[in-house]
Amino acid sequence: MKLLAPGHRGCAGCGAAIAVHSILSATGKDVIVVSPTGCLEVISTPYPESAWEVPWIHSLFENTAAVASGVEVARRALGRKDETKVICIGGDGGTVDIGIGSLSGMLERGHDVTYICYDNEAYMNTGIQRSGSTPYDAATTTSPAGKISFGNDRPKKNTPAIAAAHGIPYVATSSIAYPADIGKKVKKAIAIKGPKYLQIHTPCPTGWGFDSNRTIEVGRLAVETALFPIYEMENGKITSVKKIKRKPVEEYLKVQRRFAHLFKKEGGDAEIKKIQETADANAKQLGLDM
Amino acid sequence: MKVIEGSYAVAEAVRVCKPHVISAYPITPQTHIVETLSQMVADGAIKAEYVRVESEFSAISVCIGASAAGTRTYTATTSQGLALMHEALFNAAGMRLPIVMTAVNRSLSAPLSIWNDQQDTISQRDTGWIQLHAENAQEASDTIIQAYKIAEYRSILLPVMVCMDGYILTHVYEPVELWEQKKVDAFLPEFDPVHVLDPKKPKTFGAFADPSLYTEFRYMVQEAMEVAKKKIVDIANEFRDEFGRYYGGLIDEYRAKDAETLILAMGSVIGTIKDAIDEMRADGIPVGLLKIRAYRPFPVDTIRDAVAGAKAIIVLDKNISMGYEGALFTDVKSALYGKSGVTALGFILGLGGRDITKQTIKDMVAKALEAMKSGKVQECEFVDLRKEVL
Ligand SMILES: Cc1ncc(C[n+]2csc(CCOP(=O)(O)OP(=O)(O)O)c2C)c(N)n1
Ligand SMILES: [Mg+2]
Repeated sequence: MKLLAPGHRGCAGCGAAIAVHSILSATGKDVIVVSPTGCLEVISTPYPESAWEVPWIHSLFENTAAVASGVEVARRALGRKDETKVICIGGDGGTVDIGIGSLSGMLERGHDVTYICYDNEAYMNTGIQRSGSTPYDAATTTSPAGKISFGNDRPKKNTPAIAAAHGIPYVATSSIAYPADIGKKVKKAIAIKGPKYLQIHTPCPTGWGFDSNRTIEVGRLAVETALFPIYEMENGKITSVKKIKRKPVEEYLKVQRRFAHLFKKEGGDAEIKKIQETADANAKQLGLDM
Repeated sequence: MKVIEGSYAVAEAVRVCKPHVISAYPITPQTHIVETLSQMVADGAIKAEYVRVESEFSAISVCIGASAAGTRTYTATTSQGLALMHEALFNAAGMRLPIVMTAVNRSLSAPLSIWNDQQDTISQRDTGWIQLHAENAQEASDTIIQAYKIAEYRSILLPVMVCMDGYILTHVYEPVELWEQKKVDAFLPEFDPVHVLDPKKPKTFGAFADPSLYTEFRYMVQEAMEVAKKKIVDIANEFRDEFGRYYGGLIDEYRAKDAETLILAMGSVIGTIKDAIDEMRADGIPVGLLKIRAYRPFPVDTIRDAVAGAKAIIVLDKNISMGYEGALFTDVKSALYGKSGVTALGFILGLGGRDITKQTIKDMVAKALEAMKSGKVQECEFVDLRKEVL
């Protein structure tokens, strides 16, 4: 049985929905899921319908990790000695921006919770606005490209590093392009006691501007260009990286409308060079190149 | 009977209610409550999980998660902390989670003030929480026990805030009668939730409702408030039968039956008012008191009946809806609309910890008597305003 039932209202090719399938296939039924406000919540729970075949709670946009903390301690207080895992599945906005206070609190307090951020790199639910996880030069509705702008003028926030700085046992990144990788990491995470943080890259055809049959391909390109590196950190140390035969960043950028201005506007070349430098730095820092 | 601090009394009451999960963030003057509870947890005197969160917003959110997972929960806060919880208060009520909180009453910044008024809880009036106001430390703690019973009642299932004036009640030492655990257990059965987050029976909490359904969810909260109106009274009576103490149901009256002038107020000022009433009665002034115990649900009918024989009412507000008047004054007048020709005077006082003395009360009554004679009524005014510093 699919634990996120078909018939949810996600766009065709929704990366987040693919991520949830991979996550729940790994956890199985014995989980309680907490989600913030955002696309995933809206596509899956229009009352009286719900796509969730596992217990699921949504409270607000910025308190997911705190609600999950409550669920976890409640089960402890009730003396439940079962194997039920508490996991969060939340968007980048709800995780790296407005929810980072409650996330930090949950990580620091050491709750036995696996927090999984599905990273579609903007506030999609409200119409593709910029988040702290939006990459450099991506055009969003609040960081549009314009006569004097190349779009988002800040680099993507390094949230896995922030999570790792809490001294938690397990941090990992993954991508919907590699479902087996997600499955392996989710299984590993939930088996470890204490707080865990996973960030899964989930391309969004609607928000990024690509055809809905290319979600996996776009996800793979992000990894293969080293713009979304895949790695694991255990107790603060990098313990695995996904090695790649690296491709130039243009191959990733040119298939998405959010970067289209880089190929049209004067000065776009120089911007692409800067993005390539970020990819090079990622590859060097993590030793991504085969 | 033990002479203890108000905050300690509240913590003791929480202890005997056996919450599974406590989560709070420190803020003056709520701190003594949560420090006492922390010590109880450290000593094993209470078997609760105490979650030391990074903000009040997370404190209430932990309670939301823990309550949905089937546990009895408690938090306490005041002022800025309560304001920070605002969004989540609506959420807890809308999700029908019977969380109980002590809302210590304190003013809001700016200017910063750590002292008492009731602006903080008044500003949470419309969140869907039941609001009960306490007159003294004994009531603030006894009401916690009642609050769980009200909140968890199957056809109510709403969170309750028990309001108590900061410092005046939290830091006062007074004789308090404590509770026998056996008696509390008999009065307050274990929390038996209807809906729980449980993989054995997966349920979805916090779905969204489109325009064809949202109104009905709101209506059901309103209906639960109506049930609460009756149940708050019943539970106050049950509590009296069991523990021998009674503070009124939705309201309480003091020398009100034959009073021509009635004072309406909430919280710790009630004690001062009673003393002032005794003195005025000795001088032959027929004055009485209606203590508002339940601010939400608002006891419209009870107030109407209680005011029926009076000629003038005086409403005290330790809060103001800026650009209008005190919130209780507005509510009382609207309850009486079309039902009473009573002269109504509203007073804003006691803001940011300003003392309210017996003389203050007597002056207001004098004003009411004057207004009845002259027919000239200033509807709402600030009391004891220091014009020289304006
Ligand atoms: C306090 C608050 N501010 C703003 C919003 C509006 N809002 C709802 S969802 C959302 C964006 C969600 O973005 P993200 O977390 O990245 O999830 P996505 O929709 O992209 O999957 C915003 C801004 C809100 N619900 N609550
Ligand atoms: Mg997003």
